[in-house]
Amino acid sequence: MASTAQAERRPKLAGRETRHGALRVAMLPPAERMSLRAPAASVAALASALKIRLPNAPRQSAKSGQRTSLWLGPDEWLILDEGGGDPLADCRSVTAVHSAAGISHRNVAIEVSGPGAAACLNSGCPRDLSLAAFPVGACSRTLLGKVEIIIYRTAEDNFRVECWRSFSDYVFEFLSVAAKDVAG
Amino acid sequence: MSGPFRISGAGRLDPERKAKFTFDQKPFTGIEGDTLASALLANGVHLMGRSFKYHRPRGVLSAGAEEPNALVTVARDDARKTPNVRATVQEVYEGLDATSQNRWPSLAFDVGQVNDMASPMFSAGFYYKTFMWPKAAWKHLYEPNIRAAAGLGVAPDKPDPDHYSSRFSHCEVLVIGGGAAGIAAALAAAQTGVRVVLCDEQPTFGGSLRFEMGAEISGEDAYFWAQETVEKLRAMDNVTLLNRTTAFGYYAQNFVGLVERVTDHMAAPGDLPRERLWQVRARRVVLATGAIERHMVFGDNDRPGVMLASAARTYLNYYGVAVGRNVGVFTSNDSAYAAAIDLKKVGVNIAALVDLRDNPSGPLVEQARALGIEVNHGRAVVSTAGRLRISSMTIQAKSGGGERMIPVDALLMSGGWTPSVHLFSQSRGKLSFDAATHRFLPGATAQACVSVGACAGSDDLGTAVAEALKAGEKAARDAGGKGEVSARIRVSASEGWSGGMLGTGPAGEGSTRKAFVDFQNDVTAKDIRLAVREGMHSIEHVKRFTTNGMATDQGKTSNMHGLAIAAEALGKPIPEVGLTTFRPPYTPVTFGAIVNHARHALFDPTRRTPIHPWAEAQGAVFEDVGQWKRAWYYPKAGEDMHAAVNRECVTVRKSAGLFDASTLGKIEVVGPDAAKFMELLYTNPWEKLEPGRCRYGIMLREDGFIYDDGVVGRLAPDRFHVTTTTGGAARVMNHMEDYLQTEFPQLNVWLTSISEQWAVIAVQGPKSRDIIAPLVEGIDMSDAALPHMSVREGKICGVPTRLFRMSFTGDRGFEVNVPSDYGQAVWEALWAEGQKHGACAYGTESMHVLRAEKGYIIVGQDTDGTVTPDDAGLDWAVGKKKADFVGIRGMKRPDLVDKGRRQLVGLRTKDPKVVLEEGAQIVADPKQPIPMKMIGHVTSSYWSENCGRSIALALVAGGRDRIGQTLYVPMPSGTIEVEVTGMVFFDETGGRLNG
Repeated sequence: MASTAQAERRPKLAGRETRHGALRVAMLPPAERMSLRAPAASVAALASALKIRLPNAPRQSAKSGQRTSLWLGPDEWLILDEGGGDPLADCRSVTAVHSAAGISHRNVAIEVSGPGAAACLNSGCPRDLSLAAFPVGACSRTLLGKVEIIIYRTAEDNFRVECWRSFSDYVFEFLSVAAKDVAG
Repeated sequence: MSGPFRISGAGRLDPERKAKFTFDQKPFTGIEGDTLASALLANGVHLMGRSFKYHRPRGVLSAGAEEPNALVTVARDDARKTPNVRATVQEVYEGLDATSQNRWPSLAFDVGQVNDMASPMFSAGFYYKTFMWPKAAWKHLYEPNIRAAAGLGVAPDKPDPDHYSSRFSHCEVLVIGGGAAGIAAALAAAQTGVRVVLCDEQPTFGGSLRFEMGAEISGEDAYFWAQETVEKLRAMDNVTLLNRTTAFGYYAQNFVGLVERVTDHMAAPGDLPRERLWQVRARRVVLATGAIERHMVFGDNDRPGVMLASAARTYLNYYGVAVGRNVGVFTSNDSAYAAAIDLKKVGVNIAALVDLRDNPSGPLVEQARALGIEVNHGRAVVSTAGRLRISSMTIQAKSGGGERMIPVDALLMSGGWTPSVHLFSQSRGKLSFDAATHRFLPGATAQACVSVGACAGSDDLGTAVAEALKAGEKAARDAGGKGEVSARIRVSASEGWSGGMLGTGPAGEGSTRKAFVDFQNDVTAKDIRLAVREGMHSIEHVKRFTTNGMATDQGKTSNMHGLAIAAEALGKPIPEVGLTTFRPPYTPVTFGAIVNHARHALFDPTRRTPIHPWAEAQGAVFEDVGQWKRAWYYPKAGEDMHAAVNRECVTVRKSAGLFDASTLGKIEVVGPDAAKFMELLYTNPWEKLEPGRCRYGIMLREDGFIYDDGVVGRLAPDRFHVTTTTGGAARVMNHMEDYLQTEFPQLNVWLTSISEQWAVIAVQGPKSRDIIAPLVEGIDMSDAALPHMSVREGKICGVPTRLFRMSFTGDRGFEVNVPSDYGQAVWEALWAEGQKHGACAYGTESMHVLRAEKGYIIVGQDTDGTVTPDDAGLDWAVGKKKADFVGIRGMKRPDLVDKGRRQLVGLRTKDPKVVLEEGAQIVADPKQPIPMKMIGHVTSSYWSENCGRSIALALVAGGRDRIGQTLYVPMPSGTIEVEVTGMVFFDETGGRLNG
């Protein structure tokens, strides 16, 4: 039985980054991720177990320590934990009806930061990313070119872009090309 | 001096900034900011092209985007050759290489010109009539020759090395057109604080202020006001200024497409994108698109040197170029007078001004006379002379009588101005005909837009600017703008014209000379009259019969004339004849701009599994499966595909094989009603499946045909791990979500795609357990504890796994699911273990062969959307006691239970060495006459090294009843005899699953 060393984790595109002037596209380190689905009646119990607010309106997110909840749909949240916490474990004791599925490895995250970050995303994302329409803290499941992404604005010039692992080659390349155009 | 026709002190360019370029290999010097047209005219070159059909010599007609004649090819290098570039749009840069088109051997001497003499053959609709017989000749003789003779530029034959960019943009107010009205509207809107985008197709903002020397704002040349105001706008954070940017399409909900030409004017574009596509969503759109001057329709009105009066004025007042030294003018309204006056003032002789009107009057007419210009009123130009350049014009009184020939080297004409309502019309706004001014103007709007300035029929600068300020402010207010608007614009002098004429002058009819309506498609007034005589009564038919307005310029100068001539011939008022529809694009758009980023790696996502790098390092050959790259086979040195696949297949059954199955679709179905939902979506029963066990599930469409299949593991009472085919992953998820939301919304169950959460390593073969077991923690691997078709959660190599015991080869097998980032490391650990047992890695081809040896189907290969579970021999997977599932009614349709349906069976060729072709048709009697009755086709066919023979699956009518019969596969090389068999070719008893 188990005699070998633990398998090494090899995150996709680990450490990749491109810079064009002050505009930067970079892979973010792995994080815990959970897809949470639940009816309204279960939200309070889940929020309490997860120790984070579960927003109930489009574009909204909540942050608590290293944990973030992103509203994706009327009964759907992406829970991120960048501090090593395990949201799946936190939900295990919740008896209220819900679905919690682990997707830590399904997604990867790319950070777009620096002046023109919004324009860089707008190279392939049709959303209005002005601060008025998409303020700091806003999030959305949307498109970049031909693939689905989730964007989360962490600062005026900083976005977290989540996509599925196998689409990250495309998304990283797209954002790099776009950054070059935006930076001029 | 950059050209003998450059007028010192005239124009707005800096004469010190020179740029050398070539036209037809001949060197010229221009000035930065020149267009190719203005730079050539400065050098006295008028001949710039040959016409489309008749190959007539042509010069520039215009000074803008509406240009129909002066089309050239601009080449940066072998690959960067752009045909049909308008010389009036292309800016000159150091080293520009431009070549004329549609001529051979040279622009001045063109063999194709014989078409002009033979023109009676080429009248309107000639290709519908002349080339009807013999029929076969059209395809091989007529069409290729007509296309070769009547082409414009030649498309480049190398891939485009340039790159293109894209930007989505949102704004409250989009102003299209950067003339006086557009600038005013943008200023007012911007002052309210909302986001404003102002775009203009020219390099410089200002529109007609670039050449209207009589326009003054606050006592100053209005052009300076325009530049100052644009700088003011540029300094505002909420304003995006886009010059060299054409709004080409106005789509639904104020979605407007713009193309920004980034580098076409640069000598050294560096690494910039050539063009940038802007897709703008605007709350309000202000259309300030101006107006385009019309030519006059008279005999031989197309000679080089004959051009629009406003074009000549632009060349003089903006580019500092006189278009001739002895210029004639033919007009039906005041605007050409301004051109004549401006030219006269810089010393150009105006040979004569011919005005069709009987008694022209007003300040401009007076001024022209005062300057000594001969004004001939009530007269028309009826013809011109000159071979490669106009040399004279012939004028005649409207009432007829004596003709007078006047030598000229250029002829300016103005038939009045046509408001540019293209984009308004594209927005589905209704145009209304203003009978007083003979023009179509924007009427009822269909979208949130407003037209201002010349495109809305406001001819006077003061009126245009005032309404633009108001409209800009209102648009911004409607979109939420709150700031105070302080802009005041005092127009102290204005130019502005109305009037003019449509169609031909009085001398038009009966003339044998060609009076061109549409220069680019060589359509004459006579052609349009002919179309009406031949029965075309709708303008849409006239357009198609004559091709009027159908060239790349989309009839910007010709549509109204064509319409008027048709209306006259029909004896109907213009609005009753109708106007053809304006469609995008306003001017031609490159494919590059439309495609923008979507090339090479960004053409489509290429998806790679977590184990891909290992397979690549091993020299695997990959195949495309949808967007995925999958390892196809792993050739060793000296092996071809056949040898590699044979070795892999034998090794798997002898020892074991590792297969990367990560691309399988995976869906986590979770919730108290998970089993109920599964019951409804699959044919199989699920309620009684115990946690820890798996089942092969079949999913149908409503019509009863197989949609997808896959092994499903129950992890807990309320949690299923569903797998789908690789190709079906996305659509199966959508199919399930669709049913969940629309048909079964009462169920408490949710779906999460986990396809990419888990890397999947299939370990198959008699040694598979021996390979896996040393690495696993917390899972009893014995047959009793982990029987075939079961699933356990535990750890492998110290990381979490969902370990399935299942087989797609018929041998003992497992599928190891681990979180994706661990996929490659776990594979490597399994590979190391596998090496101890002589295992191999195998690819999708061996996977296909191994499953076919067992008669396991592949949805989409052995099924085609018309195969029921029973057809596929999978009736056992349909829960007979189930009351409902998607497809249950469809399955009972009489034609789906009919005898004689095509059923999946095995085929063995009589000669075991012969491998059938997939897709080959099957007949019962090979001697019957052709066309034979086909009774089925081959769906899968392989060489099976394990069986020592070829194997095949086929859909055959009444197939299971034919087992044992001989059927025939007729092929071009001869008929192949086959025996119908069951679907299992290897280990018929299935003992090896536990072997």
